Amino acid sequence: MKDLIEIRWHGRGGQGAKTAALLLADVAFGTGKYVQGFPEYGPERMGAPITAYNRISDKAIRVHSNIYNPDYVVVVDDSLLDDVDVTKGLKKEGAIVINTEKAKEEIIPKLKGYEGKVYVIDARKVSIAALGKYFPNTPMLASIVKVSGIMEEELFLKEMQHSFEHKFASKPEVIEGNMKALRMALSELA
Amino acid sequence: MKTDVSKINESISWQKLTVGCTVTGSKTSEAFNTGEWRVDTPKFIEEKCKQCLMCVPVCPDSSIPVQDKKRLDFDFDHCKGCGICAAVCPFGAIEMRKGEK
Amino acid sequence: MAIRERLSGNEAVAIAIRQINPDVMPAFPITPSTEIPQYFSSYIANGKADTVFIPVESEHSAMSAAIGASAAGARTLTATSSCGMALMWELLYVAASNRLPIAMALVNRALSGPININCDHSDVMGARDAGWLQIFAENNQEAYDNFVQAYRIAEHKDVRLPIMICQDGFITSHAVENIELIEDDKVKAFVGEYEPEDYLLKDGEPFHVGPYAVSNYYMEAKRAQAEGMKNAKQVILEVAKEFEAMTGRSYGFFEEYRLEDADYAIVIMGSAAGTAKDAVDKLRAQGIKAGLLKVRVFRPFPAEEIAKALTHVKVLACMDRTESFNNECGPLGAEVKSALFDAGCAPKVINYVYGLGGRDVTVESITSVYEELIKIDETKETGAKYRYLSVRED
Repeated sequence: MKDLIEIRWHGRGGQGAKTAALLLADVAFGTGKYVQGFPEYGPERMGAPITAYNRISDKAIRVHSNIYNPDYVVVVDDSLLDDVDVTKGLKKEGAIVINTEKAKEEIIPKLKGYEGKVYVIDARKVSIAALGKYFPNTPMLASIVKVSGIMEEELFLKEMQHSFEHKFASKPEVIEGNMKALRMALSELA
Repeated sequence: MKTDVSKINESISWQKLTVGCTVTGSKTSEAFNTGEWRVDTPKFIEEKCKQCLMCVPVCPDSSIPVQDKKRLDFDFDHCKGCGICAAVCPFGAIEMRKGEK
Repeated sequence: MAIRERLSGNEAVAIAIRQINPDVMPAFPITPSTEIPQYFSSYIANGKADTVFIPVESEHSAMSAAIGASAAGARTLTATSSCGMALMWELLYVAASNRLPIAMALVNRALSGPININCDHSDVMGARDAGWLQIFAENNQEAYDNFVQAYRIAEHKDVRLPIMICQDGFITSHAVENIELIEDDKVKAFVGEYEPEDYLLKDGEPFHVGPYAVSNYYMEAKRAQAEGMKNAKQVILEVAKEFEAMTGRSYGFFEEYRLEDADYAIVIMGSAAGTAKDAVDKLRAQGIKAGLLKVRVFRPFPAEEIAKALTHVKVLACMDRTESFNNECGPLGAEVKSALFDAGCAPKVINYVYGLGGRDVTVESITSVYEELIKIDETKETGAKYRYLSVRED
């Protein structure tokens, strides 16, 4: 891993992109990294495009700006591709991960000639299969961990198990579904 | 510790003020002789007084002392001579003396 | 052993409050400080603190209740931002002049208008003459550490003044970052119990707070209040020293970053200082002698010390995250320039307004400031002394 990895999340208000960014900060923290997880705040409106960010580093992080040249971009909702320049500033050595039902070939023309790697995952399918409900967070989190190589998959799963046990202490029945969503996402990412 | 208000006056330095100008202790206004402001002075005419005590609660400066359910003469250290007591007395037992200290 | 955690600035301050377990917290929610009373009231609900939380109906009431509680002898705090603090306005002065050591977790946000919820320093800078101690943080760690030190400074018998512990709205208040927490028992031992000499609820000793002072007393009262602010300098350093002995983290009036031999320097406060440090490192790597001075303590203002640290600088930029509308400079710029004037040293000084209403501050934008300082030095032409950073213009 490089000294510093910068990730930008695109989502819509209410989809949990911010929560996903904070969860990613959490798991990276669990492996001993220095982390930042923060949303770009404004009026909070359901459905409006929102941005959240992560910095993950082996060294203490001092910068407090937004991220303009991310190593990775995560798009939680493919309808944003028409409205938001999601690949803006994205490094071509990096990658973009998009939640979509569509095939990669259909998506690439919408990326304004982005030359780096493109990954797609149908987070809806994964979430419905594993949890019975649509929470794109968890599959997108697994996807970015896999794409960015921030940590080993096994370590990630262990950290998440630990985190869910803590988070869902009062409803352990959802832990298994969430873990299943993570595992499915890791294998379905294309 | 009770603040010694006698030492707080208009000639002391800022160092001698209490922190935040707070005052510790009760009845510190006793040391402040508002009686000096008096222009007209009430005269208590004891023989006319029925001890109804209506004058006591209306006094703005608590200058009518009461002992054993009976009012005494005025506390002239604090009475400002406003005349409210004379106005409420139903028996003419308080007379205001103009210009008298 | 310090506790390795990752927390937002608001969570970190809420934890500091829980560890201190003050007596009374009246608060009214306002973005971006809402989370502080929110987290903290959940600690109270879960039995982790026994502070009396007063959900008041406005910030005016919050500060009024805080003043009453503090005068009654309670260790008191509140949290607010922007317009919330503005609604406390007259009470800020009442708290300070009555020498009540109330702590305020102030999460800096632009004071309208246009309406904006994001960070700048217009709220706190407006209150700079209210008589409160004002301490700024670069990140969540500093916000937490400053809060742990707050009561030791404010309640000190030679100080007895209210204190604002500031952090940048959203930028640090809502960003999750690594932090080292201090163990509960250590914080408790460090902060200690609040034992005021006199207070309203002291049994058997009547006490009078908030007198009227006629002209013959008012100036003496203000001079005495100013002495508390003067004494605060020594106390701030003493408390910081003890804090360093406990945590290893060192604090002073300000932080000098690669300033010792700097030709070009900026004076800055808050979260942008961290971003600026990265800019300094990049410039240093190119052989440019860049440095910065990050102000931590704005009230009392460490004028002599700042001037001394800047004597050797050739060209200086004062970075203000607020407008002062004097067509000349922001409040930080005015204080720094006045300090330099008194010290008889005169680097060229440029004043920048930056980051208003959450305008992002980047390594690149700060670098551009240094580039302009270099240009001034090379051309010997100062140009406009009052500039806006990262503003669109024709």
